[in-house]
Amino acid sequence: MFDTALSSSDLLFLAKGAGMTIIVTVISVTIGTVLGILFGVIRVQLGAVLSAPLTFFLDIFRSVPLLIQLVLANAFMGMVLRLQLSGFTVACMVLSLYTAAYCSEIVRGSIDAVPSTTRRAARSLGMSWAQDMRYIVMPLATRVALPSWIGLALGVMKDSALVYVVQVTELLKSTQILITRLQEPLFLLMICGAFYFLISFPLARFGGYLEKRWSND
Amino acid sequence: MFEYTFQWNQALARLPKILEGAVVTMEVALLSMLLGIAFAILLTLLRLSGSRPLHAIATTWIEIARNTPALFQIYMAHFGIASFGIHLSPFASLLIGITFNNAGYLAENFRGALKAIPDTQTRAGRSLGMSQLQAFRYIIVPQMLRISFLPMTNQMVWAVLMTSLGVTVGMNSDLYGVTQDLNALTFRTFELFAIAGVIFYVITKAITLSARLVATRLFRY
Amino acid sequence: MIEIQNVRKSFGPLEVLKGIDLTVQRGEVLTVIGGSGSGKSTLLTCINGLEPIHSGKILVDGTEVHAKSTNLNKLRQKIGIVFQQWNAFPHLTVLENVTLSPRKVLGMGKAEAEVIAEKQLKHVGLGDKLSTYPSRLSGGQQQRMAIARALAMSPDYMLFDEVTSALDPQLVGEVLETLKMLAEEGMTMICVTHEMTFARDVSDRVAYFHQGIMAEIGAPDQLFGDPQHPETRRFLASVR
Repeated sequence: MFDTALSSSDLLFLAKGAGMTIIVTVISVTIGTVLGILFGVIRVQLGAVLSAPLTFFLDIFRSVPLLIQLVLANAFMGMVLRLQLSGFTVACMVLSLYTAAYCSEIVRGSIDAVPSTTRRAARSLGMSWAQDMRYIVMPLATRVALPSWIGLALGVMKDSALVYVVQVTELLKSTQILITRLQEPLFLLMICGAFYFLISFPLARFGGYLEKRWSND
Repeated sequence: MFEYTFQWNQALARLPKILEGAVVTMEVALLSMLLGIAFAILLTLLRLSGSRPLHAIATTWIEIARNTPALFQIYMAHFGIASFGIHLSPFASLLIGITFNNAGYLAENFRGALKAIPDTQTRAGRSLGMSQLQAFRYIIVPQMLRISFLPMTNQMVWAVLMTSLGVTVGMNSDLYGVTQDLNALTFRTFELFAIAGVIFYVITKAITLSARLVATRLFRY
Repeated sequence: MIEIQNVRKSFGPLEVLKGIDLTVQRGEVLTVIGGSGSGKSTLLTCINGLEPIHSGKILVDGTEVHAKSTNLNKLRQKIGIVFQQWNAFPHLTVLENVTLSPRKVLGMGKAEAEVIAEKQLKHVGLGDKLSTYPSRLSGGQQQRMAIARALAMSPDYMLFDEVTSALDPQLVGEVLETLKMLAEEGMTMICVTHEMTFARDVSDRVAYFHQGIMAEIGAPDQLFGDPQHPETRRFLASVR
């Protein structure tokens, strides 16, 4: 089929890169989601004025290129604080906060999407704030949030391609290393792109399906 | 408090150079956005054309743009195209990469917006003697752009942030590229990139705010 | 002259027009009445070529509407149509709604189109709403705007498809007044309507449609006073 110099050890190298992409993504999305839910609920509870400092802080992660966030975090940890952190740790820290920033927007939006009349009805039945949150808000808000959250998680996977800047060799970086060595850019990029696509496309479709199904009732 | 001594003056002395980079960044983002909108409308038309091959081309573009990293798309525009013997400048590669990404995401937004416009609008236009294309251009597109205005603003912010990826294909005249070059000269990494970060922040906020202003002027209905 | 010759049309297995023959002369006002599903609205959308037909012919001033060689965009400039849902263009002001087609289809200049549009809008009583957006108008006002929008193309024929059916009862009168005025001015009109009083007062002829067939056609006095077809009698009894 293809006349390629790609050896099995090269494939293994790519697979390791892909593994790194997945590990970084899973860790960051997990921590980021927990933080994001926490920040989102805090923002709703405090209201726009009191939560302004938190909102401002989180907004930075959505308004500055991820590449700069990574470089700054790396420089700050290494040069300023003189901490001996691995690139992997820095990458996960930054991507977690990055995820949390977007996630808190999703959480806030979906809590706001629960009609206040529904919540008042719950409270009027004698439910506590926690019960209202647990039995009314959470199930309703989850439906609104889940499709967007799937989109976010996939977005983080794609954006994790930038952690090369703190010396983490994920899939795209591994591909680039092989391109430099083998000089077969198109073939290698296609393998790399196919990997992202095959993970992202079905999950994105699934998210779209959920969104469609849940918005109909 | 820190053992590290910040040397902001050294970094700030380079501000004019950094700001020149910011202008290039804005140019690339704006250009990629205008081209992106044009291609997104084209992709939308291809999807509506009723022709299977054209629909497939549009769908492939849109799904690749949405399901692979932007950096991958820029690599494709640079190293991918280069393997056909066409060697593009970093500027061209970056512009093509971001435009490709913009068009894909915007086309998807346009599709959602189109769903929100009732078919009877086209029908009303046709009944007044307009051709299909006229009805699309004068009745559907303006309404589509209004519904998609907020997503378009977000995409513009994305476009600005994506310009930072140009450095990976050798771009050094944009905000990130300039900062990176200065860093290699001075090693004031934190200070320089903090300044670049602040400028990016200001640019994105300026976009969001001016979009809000434009929206209130433009959409009075 | 609009000539409808043995027109048949189906939506899937459902035949909605089962061989309609009908001729409308210049200057005539024809109203079409009938129950829902009688095919009366479908006929209108076939006349200006928005819907295809399966057999038969429709001729407008001798031009066959559904012939391949017919330029429908050109033909539609002659035939104005107003729908039950007025379909205002929400992104355009009232004036822009009316000037859009004259400018883009007829290639008129802005100033010229505005003169015509203002005249038509004044005609339907919207002279003070020129720079308003449709969302600020009542249903009746939007419907009158839709009428002005169609009239601005200076059509020879006007088709009205249940133009008052979607309106609040208190707004029906103003729209019917507008139609009446047009009829008195000599416009050739086909009105599909449920307003029996209007049909009786304004039309030259009234046609009764039943399940895809034109069961009866005649002068209003005859059709309302002495209906011949049993279905017409049943229908008139039910709406009175």
